[in-house]
Amino acid sequence: MSSAFSAVYVRDLRLALRRRVEALLPAIFFVVAVSLFPLGVGPEPQTLREIAAGIVWVCALLASMLSVTSLYAGDHLDGSLEQMMLSGQPGFVIASAKAAAHWTVTGAPLVLAAPLIGLLLDMSSAALATLVVSLLLGTPILSLLGGMGAALTLGLRSAGVLLILLILPLTIPALIFGAGAVGAVDSGLSSAGHFSLLGALLILTALTAPMATALALRIALE
Amino acid sequence: MFPTAPVPAASSYAAGLPTLTATDLACRRGNRLLFSGVNLAVRAGQATWLRGANGRGKTSLLRLAAGLAVPDSGQVTWGEAPVRRAPGYAQQLVFVAHTNALKDDLTVTESLRFLALICGRNSKLESVHAALQAVDMYSRRDALVRTLSQGQRRRASLARLALEHTKSIWILDEPFDALDDDGVQRINKLISAHLARGGSALLTSHQASSTAGLNMTEFDLDRFA
Repeated sequence: MSSAFSAVYVRDLRLALRRRVEALLPAIFFVVAVSLFPLGVGPEPQTLREIAAGIVWVCALLASMLSVTSLYAGDHLDGSLEQMMLSGQPGFVIASAKAAAHWTVTGAPLVLAAPLIGLLLDMSSAALATLVVSLLLGTPILSLLGGMGAALTLGLRSAGVLLILLILPLTIPALIFGAGAVGAVDSGLSSAGHFSLLGALLILTALTAPMATALALRIALE
Repeated sequence: MFPTAPVPAASSYAAGLPTLTATDLACRRGNRLLFSGVNLAVRAGQATWLRGANGRGKTSLLRLAAGLAVPDSGQVTWGEAPVRRAPGYAQQLVFVAHTNALKDDLTVTESLRFLALICGRNSKLESVHAALQAVDMYSRRDALVRTLSQGQRRRASLARLALEHTKSIWILDEPFDALDDDGVQRINKLISAHLARGGSALLTSHQASSTAGLNMTEFDLDRFA
């Protein structure tokens, strides 16, 4: 079971390494999208500071959703997915490994890029630290939910748009508590409550999303 | 409908492979009924050659047999239990679809090792290389899959068969597709050894010449349209 997890995880990382530019696109999208806001909203530091957490979180959300559409499409096309589902390994292990690999390739760079982006938006150091932690807890939720959406829309035309419509509503709690944590710190409150809720969300998603993904994959393959 | 004579070989194996049985199977694609009333048994030591015109549902039948799809009526059983719930079926099944399940951006060895690892087969480098030797792909072992020709990809994909050393059931969808004469002979050799071990096989093929060297029972799907 754990060997299946590591096999899928290592393989997906290796594939991402072979296509480095493609793997970095979500992070580039993230940086570009965030840097549009000062141009659009205006460069007043006060305004930017107030909306910074929200901007970063929304852009991270969109970057995750855009990159997750192809999570299962390639494996479906070349028959690898069939082999994985027939291998006798529990489907949720494979789904978890795919989501973990997706997070490592796209989520982790977003977390790493967040401090730089925060500086661009003139965030305080306390707010920056909170933002990084909230993204660290929140982006895995996005990868897990995105994987579920990718499995549900597998083989459909315009799967990308449908996936975003299906999954975005489910990501709203993560967005609220993630951006809310930074807001709390900004107004001098503790972010512990927000972090606890984000952590609870992460545990809940990690327990349920892979199961749902495996089920959706089985249906998609029929 | 299908030869029901007892197969003496099956009982002589210490722990014989269960029989794959399709009972009154029907499959529908959209509104079209592909086939119905199909009864089929694949016993240990026996190979079944599934024949039929294009679009008759050969691949659909193989997917039903592998447990990837659910039949409209009837059932496929492995021993006593339906294939989707049969204990150990996943471990004893090798399903090679018409897709090769190789990743373009991985090398031949990496692709094959992944399949071996995930299916719980021997994934040691030596055994994977030995399997590649069996299909004459050893010299291309470190080539990226995307640089291979169709025939070479098929060989690499079928190298999985050379990793099998225990009794198992092989479900092969057009295994000889894109293979040259040498490739066909190599695969036939693997299938023969597999049958001699007490394994069973269910396969489709359009070219009668490819299957010439094998002792196979024909099963014509055209009769069930």
